[in-house]
Amino acid sequence: MPAATIARETLGEKLGARGITRRTFLAFSAGLTATLALPSIFSERIARALEASDKPTLIWLEFQDCAGNTESFLRAHDPGVAEIVLDLLSVDYHETIMAAAGHQAEAAKEAAIEGGGHIVVVEGSVPTADGGVYCTIAGKTALQHLEEAAAGAAAIINTGTCSSFGGIPAASPNPTGARGVPDVVSGVPIVNLPGCPMNVDNLLAVVVHYLTFGALPPTDGQGRPLFAYGQRIHDNCERRAHFDAGQFALEWGDEGHRKGWCLYKLGCKGPSTFHNCPSIRWNDGTSWPIGAGHGCVGCSEADFWDTMSPFYERLPKPPGFGVTTNADQIGLAIVGATAVGFGAHGVAKVIQHKNRPSDEAPEADMEHSEGGDER
Amino acid sequence: MTRIAVDPITRIEGHLRIEAEVEGGSVTDAWSSSTMWRGIETILKGRDPRDAWYFAQRICGVCTTVHALASVRAVENALGIVPPLNAQLVRNLISLSQFVQDHVVHFYHLHALDWVDVVSALDADPAATADLAASISDYPISGEGHFAAVKERLANFVAGGRLGPFAQGYWGHPAYQLPPEANLMAVSHYLDALDFQREYIKIHAILGGKNPHLQTYLVGGMAVPIDPKSQNAINAGTLGQLRAILETGLRFVSQAYIPDVLAVAPFYTDWAAVGGGLGNYMSFGDFPSEGQNPSVDPDALYLPRGLIFGKDLGTVVPLDPSKITEYVAHSWYSYEAGDDAGLAPFDGETSPNYTGPEPPYDFLDTDSKYSWLKAPRYDDTPVEVGPLARMLVAYGSGHERVVELVNSVLTTLGVGPEALFSTLGRTAARAIESQVLAEHSLEVLDQLAANIAGGDIQTHNGKMWDPSTWPPSAEGFGMHEAPRGSLSHWVTIADGSIDHYQIVVPSTWNAGPRDAGGQRGAYESALLGTPMANPDQPLEILRTVHSFDPCMACAAHILDKDGNEIVEVAVQ
Repeated sequence: MPAATIARETLGEKLGARGITRRTFLAFSAGLTATLALPSIFSERIARALEASDKPTLIWLEFQDCAGNTESFLRAHDPGVAEIVLDLLSVDYHETIMAAAGHQAEAAKEAAIEGGGHIVVVEGSVPTADGGVYCTIAGKTALQHLEEAAAGAAAIINTGTCSSFGGIPAASPNPTGARGVPDVVSGVPIVNLPGCPMNVDNLLAVVVHYLTFGALPPTDGQGRPLFAYGQRIHDNCERRAHFDAGQFALEWGDEGHRKGWCLYKLGCKGPSTFHNCPSIRWNDGTSWPIGAGHGCVGCSEADFWDTMSPFYERLPKPPGFGVTTNADQIGLAIVGATAVGFGAHGVAKVIQHKNRPSDEAPEADMEHSEGGDER
Repeated sequence: MTRIAVDPITRIEGHLRIEAEVEGGSVTDAWSSSTMWRGIETILKGRDPRDAWYFAQRICGVCTTVHALASVRAVENALGIVPPLNAQLVRNLISLSQFVQDHVVHFYHLHALDWVDVVSALDADPAATADLAASISDYPISGEGHFAAVKERLANFVAGGRLGPFAQGYWGHPAYQLPPEANLMAVSHYLDALDFQREYIKIHAILGGKNPHLQTYLVGGMAVPIDPKSQNAINAGTLGQLRAILETGLRFVSQAYIPDVLAVAPFYTDWAAVGGGLGNYMSFGDFPSEGQNPSVDPDALYLPRGLIFGKDLGTVVPLDPSKITEYVAHSWYSYEAGDDAGLAPFDGETSPNYTGPEPPYDFLDTDSKYSWLKAPRYDDTPVEVGPLARMLVAYGSGHERVVELVNSVLTTLGVGPEALFSTLGRTAARAIESQVLAEHSLEVLDQLAANIAGGDIQTHNGKMWDPSTWPPSAEGFGMHEAPRGSLSHWVTIADGSIDHYQIVVPSTWNAGPRDAGGQRGAYESALLGTPMANPDQPLEILRTVHSFDPCMACAAHILDKDGNEIVEVAVQ
């Protein structure tokens, strides 16, 4: 068969050729439909779009990163990373997995960019201090690479909190002038998938949404897709009933901790964090942090490194601010979202306690009667 | 003489650049440069020491867990906290499974394409491939029909003309030696290993909520509770799940990884004489069988602590942490006492001083400073760390299982122990270590189950959880053997906050630049004499550099932007 013909072979044909039945394929589409929080009627439409797709070009850029989002990408299931890389997308540049190195690698990227219409995935923040010397690849700065890749791109998907908002390199005192991609690039549709790292289910859902509807999914004010960041962890948490019942783990390994009671008093930031961890969980639905006994730290929220820490206390104490001022100056902004759930009275009471010279006993901060949800 | 720069070095974690001089078909000199820096140590200053592990873990998402573990050990050492045995064993399980995961992914997805010509696999005969596979192992995903399907899948992919991550590869390069059937088998296992790593690492999700960046460490223990009477804690069902997954790891290593290394190695025996490098090796040792802090109590560690100098396997030298120093003569930092000084971590200064060319640039000025890595030295001597170092120290220390497996591999390949000091030796040592540690992970699980059966369900020592119980100042260090080698974290705590934090990382030991005396680092030394068929195609350089499994986000020594920081950490 001539190459030109095969190049236009669609995903549906490819999967069929590999013995993947339409039934299996539809099940995969149904799973993605659920992740996208779409009515099941969309499943068929997603399946049709995927079957007709012709491997969009994807360029994955790593800047000030830890490769945690790449590792998350490798954990993809239904489809697995092999199907994504071989069948669903044309991953033309990804330093961690690509065969070529040096100028051959850069040539592959340039060829992919040349045609335009590609999807750019970014992992890691962009250093802007001192001329960008804190991250260079092939002798060029991260910003130079980003600007080249963004030109003509169909969309930029930021994976993880670093490329979305600056992340840990941008945490106080931000020694390298690290910025999130939306701060330094414009003119291209951008979607943020924060999280430390991002959950690969959400990345795949964004790609599928793009293939199906020809556009990025609707987002909140921080550029996060509503299907994944539209609800508070606290509101979907499997331990919520214990919160409402006033059952809290008070010490690590105590009876409440062992029985799966609410982790709020051990510092859980679920009430201030918007992410779909409780519903899609992690590693093919195996578990998630709260399920395994540790509180949420709010990793999908901008600046969580400063605003959600110390992680084992119930209100933030960012470096550079005193304990007594932070609740007033920063706490209200941070728990603003929480306030909706807890009611103004609850938040005010928490802040009031925090302002006292000697902190109250844990029980005083959040009585379970305050746990009502806008009742 | 030709000067080349390979940047980016791909199929690694992070940003690494190698510059080399090539003459007469081989590398005559080499320089290793890290080109990214974030500042996490600086960011840690002033934070709650109980949060440090969560920050430090973000140093690396590939070797996720390693910095978290070293960090909690450092803070526990500073505060005199001993975690309960259950917590120690859960930490061992997480760490051991990280080793197996990391080594498998390294071999199949980061390193294999240095030895395996994907395009050549298209010429393979599926029946002959099935015969080859059956002759080396009883690995079940095999058979003529299977290999025919893999070949067809590959053929369709290549014919499609969009090679994605395989575009611009070095296919057809004369250094590729495997027959088509071995290449096809390797491609099949490359794909299998992608499935394996996804399933195997669910251990981390069970014990730590998610992977990467699991969320369960605590200063004083672990956040995953144990209670045979609860469905929200480690119980008998969880232990059964863990056993099943750990057994898949042992099976994959013994049925695929080890046989594949033994099948590929005979075609590349010339690489048993290439890439040896320094000949000095260091291991901190790890995997405590009791509740002790291994940083300060190296007895009863499953893998032993020590050093080997000059390839002398007969002499394992005890480790003295006070002999560790760091140089910045060729690093983008400056020292108050002058850049030729070598400072111990507890006397260390960190002051950035980028003197490199303004980007975009073609070459670095390697006569001057050329890397964001410092140059760590042990007793002023450069040493290699990682799987080869660990296996050699264990071999020299008479570790029964390691001696047995190393001898078995050497016998099978028909080579002597000198073959270990090489690029091929490094790759073989990683496979051997995977087998040893996959086996040990099941022993640790047995120990955990027995301890729980004995009625011990404690997972956290909370006596000093409250910062009001802490002394006004404290200092300590945490040591861990990470998959890539010897890792240490050093912390000073003052008035309940982190006053100073210092990290000395495996890939800094290996990938660091020259020191003040001009001594090369491990990569630089190992690259000397590397053959190069075509200077424009750096395949052979990739082989030796990849044999170390670089992790550059870890390695970039992280410093104080304001400079002049005097580190005061005492080794206790």
